[in-house]
Amino acid sequence: MANEVLTGAQAIVRSLELLGVTDIFGLPGGAILPTYDPLMDSTKIRHILVRHEQGAGHAAEGYASASGKLGVCIATSGPGATNLVTAIADAHMDSVPLLAITGQVNSTAIGTDAFQEADIVGITMPITKHSFLVTKAEDIPGVLAAAVLIATTGRPGPVLVDIAKDAQNGKAEFVWPPKIDLPGYKPVTKPHGKQIQAAAQLIKEAKRPVLYVGGGIVRAGAHLELLELAKIIGAPVVTTLMARGAFPDSDPQNLGMPGMHGTVPAVTALQRSDLLITLGARFDDRVTGQVKTFAVGAKVIHVDIDPAEIGKIRFADVPIVGDAKEVIAELNAELNADLKGTKPDIAEWWKFLSDLRTRYPLGYTQPDDGKMSPQFVISRIGELSGPEAIFAAGVGQHQMWSAQFIKYERPNSWLNSGGAGTMGYAVPAAMGAKVAQPERLVWAIDGDGCFQMTNQELATCTINNIPIKVAIINNSSLGMVRQWQTLFYNSRYSNTDLNTGTDTIMVPDFVKLADAYGCLGIRVEKEEDVDAAIKLAMETNDRPVVIDFIVGRDAMVWPMVPAGLSNDAVQFARDERPVWEEGEEE
Amino acid sequence: MSHHVLSLLVEDRPGLLTRVAGLFARRGFNIESLAVGTTEVEGLSRITVVVSVEGLPLEQVTKQLNKLINVIKVVELEPETTVQRDHMLIKVKTDAASRSQVLEAVTLFRARVIDVASDALIIEVTGETAKCQAFIKVLEPFGIKELVQSGVLAIGRGSKSITEKVLK
Ligand SMILES: Cc1ncc(C[n+]2csc(CCOP(=O)(O)OP(=O)(O)O)c2C)c(N)n1
Ligand SMILES: [Mg+2]
Repeated sequence: MANEVLTGAQAIVRSLELLGVTDIFGLPGGAILPTYDPLMDSTKIRHILVRHEQGAGHAAEGYASASGKLGVCIATSGPGATNLVTAIADAHMDSVPLLAITGQVNSTAIGTDAFQEADIVGITMPITKHSFLVTKAEDIPGVLAAAVLIATTGRPGPVLVDIAKDAQNGKAEFVWPPKIDLPGYKPVTKPHGKQIQAAAQLIKEAKRPVLYVGGGIVRAGAHLELLELAKIIGAPVVTTLMARGAFPDSDPQNLGMPGMHGTVPAVTALQRSDLLITLGARFDDRVTGQVKTFAVGAKVIHVDIDPAEIGKIRFADVPIVGDAKEVIAELNAELNADLKGTKPDIAEWWKFLSDLRTRYPLGYTQPDDGKMSPQFVISRIGELSGPEAIFAAGVGQHQMWSAQFIKYERPNSWLNSGGAGTMGYAVPAAMGAKVAQPERLVWAIDGDGCFQMTNQELATCTINNIPIKVAIINNSSLGMVRQWQTLFYNSRYSNTDLNTGTDTIMVPDFVKLADAYGCLGIRVEKEEDVDAAIKLAMETNDRPVVIDFIVGRDAMVWPMVPAGLSNDAVQFARDERPVWEEGEEE
Repeated sequence: MSHHVLSLLVEDRPGLLTRVAGLFARRGFNIESLAVGTTEVEGLSRITVVVSVEGLPLEQVTKQLNKLINVIKVVELEPETTVQRDHMLIKVKTDAASRSQVLEAVTLFRARVIDVASDALIIEVTGETAKCQAFIKVLEPFGIKELVQSGVLAIGRGSKSITEKVLK
């Protein structure tokens, strides 16, 4: 049978359908118009029209992070494409499987400074896993199939496909499945048997082991294997900002989050460990603090799908390249055979850590200004919503409190911008998550600053019936920056006032704004009203909900390891460092 | 500071050189020389790059290069088991008095004169980096008016080829 002849634009839509894509976030313009025409007829793909392309990018990220599937966004050339840049960079830092499709000017006009021409392949080269420029209709199926393969396998990441307008308008036989020719792309997923044995050996000998768990476990879907490993060896677990939910918070072995705003037990466990069992984590500077003083007494087992992460920051005694799911499964089998049901004796270690946990639990003090405490509000959202909900945060204090005070029990329930720290992530990411998982309750826990960067996607949510809940933790300031000004710049508050609080001119008034967007807007100023507002939000599903929680502006995120200092300098409250028992201090 | 010669087998794709050069720039790896050209296999190019690394291990450079989708293979070429050559064209000021001295140097270094003008010679020299550098030192006093050079080219000794395995 002869192959069907399609236009390039039809081939794009058909390829995406055949690749299993069901939802796309985007906004049209001249150079991508040909593709929007057949897209209108697709019964398999739902296109959601955003209000800003950055929103499309973050929505695709939220979609991917909530479901583990590929996220797809689409934009026109020039400014449409450059508006995607922040989200692409974000996906690159957090290894999110993302396909970004952009229209490009006619191939004959490329290089002439044509109207809305931008070299988006060049612009995004440093922030994509790979990118393609397509100038011929016949190349479309092969390139899209290759792009999806690259985005979703190995270490996931963003792939950009820039398609010239004449390639969309051209015609070619549609051949499926296309030949994928990637001779230089062979991710290693199966670990080396010898390394598994070496890792097992170190684990058996360790007196102070820690499972240092990163976002790779979430991306690999390796949480069950991790749980089994943790039970086999009985070691403490720390879950990084990207790995909240990879291991249940309710499990007594979970010490919480390590790093700059980590718990005292988690930070200290890493510092005092003799073996870091590093799983899909990358020794980020926000976790290690000053690298040279980080966990100096520890040997390192480092498991990662990306060989370049191993040895990048910290030498690995046992490097294991592979898919975390496969690696941990093999490690479990090896340890089960070796240990035969016995456990390494780490009772001393647990005694030390349990004591820390009792002495330095997470906590907070009531703000002096009589306003609500942000930690209380966030805790209640977590408690009333439960572990089946999804929480997407912005960037700042509210993000750290959401990571600390919400208890996560399952992977993909916590979405945030970890590596890039992109303000504006929360609302569109929550929107994407709700599209991917419509049955789940989805919260955006946002700052008053972050919210003002991407809140126009509330229009998208209202119009497309995507009833997300937004909790604005309104401290009337760029709180995290203000905290640093309090601590390190003598409380000189240069340009961190946002005037969104109740004792200011309140520009904008978030409740009125919510109303303008067709959302239910609620303002909460007293702690006794918090639960009722959250419950009302949970019951309201005919439109999005925005709750403006007015909180104290002087609340700070604790514990904290000041930037660039050793983790040994962790403070659990301002100027208060943990007291070590006699002989503990080195 | 240590120098390494890396040979990259790459797919011949638009923008490939930008990807490689951009990676070096953003990761803070120093390129000392770069030579690019097609190979005996259609669609494949070879990049010979001399990198100097300080502090960080070479391994990080090769691993990052390997992450580029269009890079098929990266090998370090050790001086003992490879042949390495620089190629230079040098325009030297000469007059009746100095010409014979310059020609003498050309003979000594087994270089070649490829263009003659009344007040200048263009000389071509090929050889290991050290030899080429020594030749330049000798010519400097006469006045070097222009110098162009290729990056280092390098190839493993013996019958093995880096394309072999890849093509199977
Ligand atoms: C796009 C962007 N610009 C600037 C910053 C720097 N920054 C980090 S946190 C923060 C404050 C965020 O304020 P808000 O959303 O109100 O959150 P809060 O810290 O008050 O909870 C800023 C400006 C950033 N991370 N991203
Ligand atoms: Mg704020």
